Amino acid sequence: MNDDVWIVGTAMTPIRRHVHRDVLDLATEASLGALDDAGMVMRDIHVMAVGSQFEPYTFGQQVQKQIGQTGIPLYNVHNACATGATAVRSVLMEIRAGEADVGLAVGAEQMTAGSPPYRVKAPSGRKVFEPEGRDGHVLATEGILGTGQMFGVFAQTGTDYARRHDGVGFEQFAKVAEKNHAHSTLNPLAQYRRPYSLEEIMNAEMLAYPNTLPMCCPTGDGAAAVVLVSDARFRTLDPDVRRRAVKVSAAVMTTDPYDPSGFAHPDVNTLTRNAADQAYERAGVGPQDLDLVELHDCFATAELVHYDNLRLCEPGGAGAWIDERGPWRDGEIPVNVSGGLISKGHPIGATGIANIYEVATHLRGEAGDRQIEGAQVGLTHVIGLGSVCAVHILERAAT
Amino acid sequence: MAELAAQVPVVDYLVLDDGPPHLVGKRCDGCGATYLERRNACANCAARSLTAVRLPEMGRIESFTVVQRGAPEHIGPFISVLVRLEDGTCVKANLVGVPPDATAIDFDLPVRVATYLAGTDEHGTEAVAFGFAYDGTDATDEG
Repeated sequence: MNDDVWIVGTAMTPIRRHVHRDVLDLATEASLGALDDAGMVMRDIHVMAVGSQFEPYTFGQQVQKQIGQTGIPLYNVHNACATGATAVRSVLMEIRAGEADVGLAVGAEQMTAGSPPYRVKAPSGRKVFEPEGRDGHVLATEGILGTGQMFGVFAQTGTDYARRHDGVGFEQFAKVAEKNHAHSTLNPLAQYRRPYSLEEIMNAEMLAYPNTLPMCCPTGDGAAAVVLVSDARFRTLDPDVRRRAVKVSAAVMTTDPYDPSGFAHPDVNTLTRNAADQAYERAGVGPQDLDLVELHDCFATAELVHYDNLRLCEPGGAGAWIDERGPWRDGEIPVNVSGGLISKGHPIGATGIANIYEVATHLRGEAGDRQIEGAQVGLTHVIGLGSVCAVHILERAAT
Repeated sequence: MAELAAQVPVVDYLVLDDGPPHLVGKRCDGCGATYLERRNACANCAARSLTAVRLPEMGRIESFTVVQRGAPEHIGPFISVLVRLEDGTCVKANLVGVPPDATAIDFDLPVRVATYLAGTDEHGTEAVAFGFAYDGTDATDEG
């Protein structure tokens, strides 16, 4: 017996505009799906964590009221785009601490009902200038002191990389979206399922240079869940469950170390590099061992810089790597074969579990048309702006 | 002679009434880390004492974007830049004095703080904003 933790059940809903279902319906479908997949029921679960970025307090208890109230401990998790991954890690740490043998992590989000909750506030229309906030602003500063809109923030992350490294321009960023939209054509759970040509992507509406509309993730609704067990419990399970199990070889979370630029503009690079390096060390694997990666491509510019941050390409070589088709599903290290956030969709609270679902499904050899043949090791990565990064390394069961 | 309108800075780290308009930071007495907004302590070394310092007006662009979607109506498309000032302090603002186009960006050219009028309230008070302009251009030259 050791402190290994295993995934024995996982499920996700299709990512869609689910107009006739609410977020509890979605969380229920994913939760019960993961339990069924594990051959378990709620009475088997010792601890639960439920993530959503926008649902109000005690959302997790509302989910319990749909799927089973057994009186177990519950964590409601809220950690920007890393919310789902944080729920998984919360359950995993309970198991590692010896407080539980079996846990359920759920992430869910409904983003298409009503006004998008993440939209930058419009100017307040105040008639008399009065200083407000920690910067004493008298006007809304969007469009005056640069941009805080997500597609613009991540655009600046991309142009910073392009400034520092040769061979990176609009076309390289657009190629990321071309790849992910091509990949999602094979994924029935994806929100978009049609290919976009590079020309179509580059000529689409420019939201914030260099990110055009198809280079930005859509808003969507969805949920995902995993059932985790301790190694001791794993050894008692049915051989068919164990055969399909996936080992969590690393579960790492980082936040921003201090950097002078971080107060003016979020740095998504340093904490990702720190998380990746810790995860590789913890799991005893390197980037060359990875059969697939699901990384946080909220915008095409973000995916490109993370090739470098996760050490998938040569240092400074992200532009050349996409030019050489390294991250395509038939390339050196397939990245976002699900379609990624750009094409599969990005229901925020679900995202950090949906990527674990994707990698686990490949490691089990059950990914259908989009299966990466013989996948043994995979990595998931999410960034929540502010910032927080979570990296999980998953391995196929040896049994 | 017409009375000059009262002016206020759009944020409190822009100072208008002590010589030429300039930015003022809060510098950590322990490690020298510099911040723009109100602080309780230093994020780098955790010291609790900071001193106001006048920041350099010159810097270089480190990243940019040209925002087309969601730009405030009265502003229209704009260039957002992250500028590293000569003392290392990083500031986000608009690049002004050039058309809102990616071809306007030159990472090799220094930029300097430039002020412009951002709005007027019902008392006639004017809000003055700052951006960055290439040396030799003016905030009001916008194409």
